[in-house]
Amino acid sequence: MTDPERYQDPLTIQRVLHATKTIAIVGLSNNELRASYFVGYYLKRHGYRVIPVNPREKEILGETSYPSLLDVPVPVDLVNVFRAPDALPAIAREAVEIKAGALWCQFGVINEEGARIAETGGVTVIMDRCLKIEHARYVGRMHWLGFNTRRITSVRAGLQ
Amino acid sequence: MTDKLSRAEQAREFGFETRQLHAGQRPDPNTGARAVPIFQTTSYVFEDPESAAAYFNLQEYGNTYSRIMNPTVAVFEERVANLEGGAGAVAFASGIAAQAAALFTLLQPGDHVVSSSALYGGTVNQLKHLLRKMSVELTWVDPDDPGAWREAVRPNTKAFFGETIGNPSGNVLDIETVAAIAHEHELPLIVDNTFATPYLCRPIEWGADIVIHSATKFIGGHGTSIGGVVVEAGTFDWSNGRFPVVADASPAYHGLRFHETFGMYGYLMKLRAETLRDLGGALSPFNAFLFLQGLETLSLRMDRHVENARAVAAFLDSHELASNVTYPGLPGNKYRPLVDKYLPRGAGAVFSFDCAGGRAGGQGLIGGLTLWSHLANVGDAKSLVIHPASTTHRQLGDEELRAAGVGPGTVRLSVGTESVEDLIWDLEQGFARVAATTGAASDAPSGAPSAAKGGEKVETA
Repeated sequence: MTDPERYQDPLTIQRVLHATKTIAIVGLSNNELRASYFVGYYLKRHGYRVIPVNPREKEILGETSYPSLLDVPVPVDLVNVFRAPDALPAIAREAVEIKAGALWCQFGVINEEGARIAETGGVTVIMDRCLKIEHARYVGRMHWLGFNTRRITSVRAGLQ
Repeated sequence: MTDKLSRAEQAREFGFETRQLHAGQRPDPNTGARAVPIFQTTSYVFEDPESAAAYFNLQEYGNTYSRIMNPTVAVFEERVANLEGGAGAVAFASGIAAQAAALFTLLQPGDHVVSSSALYGGTVNQLKHLLRKMSVELTWVDPDDPGAWREAVRPNTKAFFGETIGNPSGNVLDIETVAAIAHEHELPLIVDNTFATPYLCRPIEWGADIVIHSATKFIGGHGTSIGGVVVEAGTFDWSNGRFPVVADASPAYHGLRFHETFGMYGYLMKLRAETLRDLGGALSPFNAFLFLQGLETLSLRMDRHVENARAVAAFLDSHELASNVTYPGLPGNKYRPLVDKYLPRGAGAVFSFDCAGGRAGGQGLIGGLTLWSHLANVGDAKSLVIHPASTTHRQLGDEELRAAGVGPGTVRLSVGTESVEDLIWDLEQGFARVAATTGAASDAPSGAPSAAKGGEKVETA
């Protein structure tokens, strides 16, 4: 049984968001109406270095696209996955091999074996969560559109 | 990074009373203002052309124009969404506008809706006449009969609709059962939760998919502002094949597939970026501010409304000039088991009863009241009363009134938060007047203040 809630701890999510500078997006689409493109565009706008991993494309969002994580020539802080759940174990092995800091699986990308491989290899796992939404919840402006961020705090926010 | 994380937010389930004060708002980043600022502006300066494009493409959460979003309104939206346990909310200029937008977002011509027949009259008009004009068919069902909901479903049915507590007859919807039937057929259940408020009942916890409020009532709570809000649970599968209008590429938004792209926020994004944009019933920031003031005390007021409503209902139930008291919280009421399940903190504060003496009796009672306000609204902190037969249903004869579920002597109450002894004292004044003018017996104590008015004519009501 997969229990995604194990991989949705708010403190871990906030730590990953703040510790990350470079994000490899596995399965990033070059179609600007697809969810992965929305996420990649958003993350780039917010100052992250976005590296597409998609063997079918040469360039996405103005960045070189690599066939696999193993081909990415720079250190990767976070691997963000937009693939079918059964592709996750192989992606997790590669994430361990390149010493990524964290593995972030989007909504529906739930695979216990993949999560275990990553955890055992020292990679933090977030699962069944959207990277854009969580960034917008804790750092961005999700509350500007009436969404329930579930945040309760009287700490004065920084400038947005 | 350590300093940013030193005050990182823990996973904590905050209580309702905490959330009604804090949800949706952080102190203003620019000024530190603790209260919610009123952003009285139509529009917002863009940082640069690329940001403007990103906002309009919905690639970034950004403010563009106050018909579509506003920072003060957004605090209200998020707070209601939080209190109801939904994924988000979109506010509107009235409850009726909210309801129309919730329906328009998921309907297209040729569709069909199944609705409870025990509804607010304004909703009946909207479902019966406006939807027909849009070539949407409607079937009314007895909300208490689960079989009737199931049998009414057709291949083109797109939604079930009901009220948590029906207006004005006080029927309580069996939300869990009706939601289960809706979901058997892959349909969403829409619930108007105006009379209960999220403090007394949260329909999403029982399976409802969309919750609508007239914020004008208990949410605002002080009779100052008209407004409404739609909350969505975020769990309904709009890509189940029945809702191409939500799931397919949208011609009104350059081919965007709202459910695929925004997932659990897809319906809400479409509700805002298309329906609100195109129908235009935006809530004003000032009204949103007043609703937020109301929400801060929602639980306190609702506890008091319920306490007073129970006492007034019990008084009427034992009064010889009152009958058919529809308060579902009364011990013998047929909805009592549903109240215990869905409304354990109380069955709200709006109900009706029949006054002896028919039309003249109902008018006479209201004519004798000096504390209850005679007007067409509910959910104010002040107690309100109306006689449907001489106001909202004035054009109908006694026979037609009965068909509409309103007797000639029916009086609707919205019990406020005053000293309850004063509310009952005023009703006794009214009954004394009914007794004096219709010849009906009264159990009002002799020497009650109403005796001095006994000789006045009743037509002034």
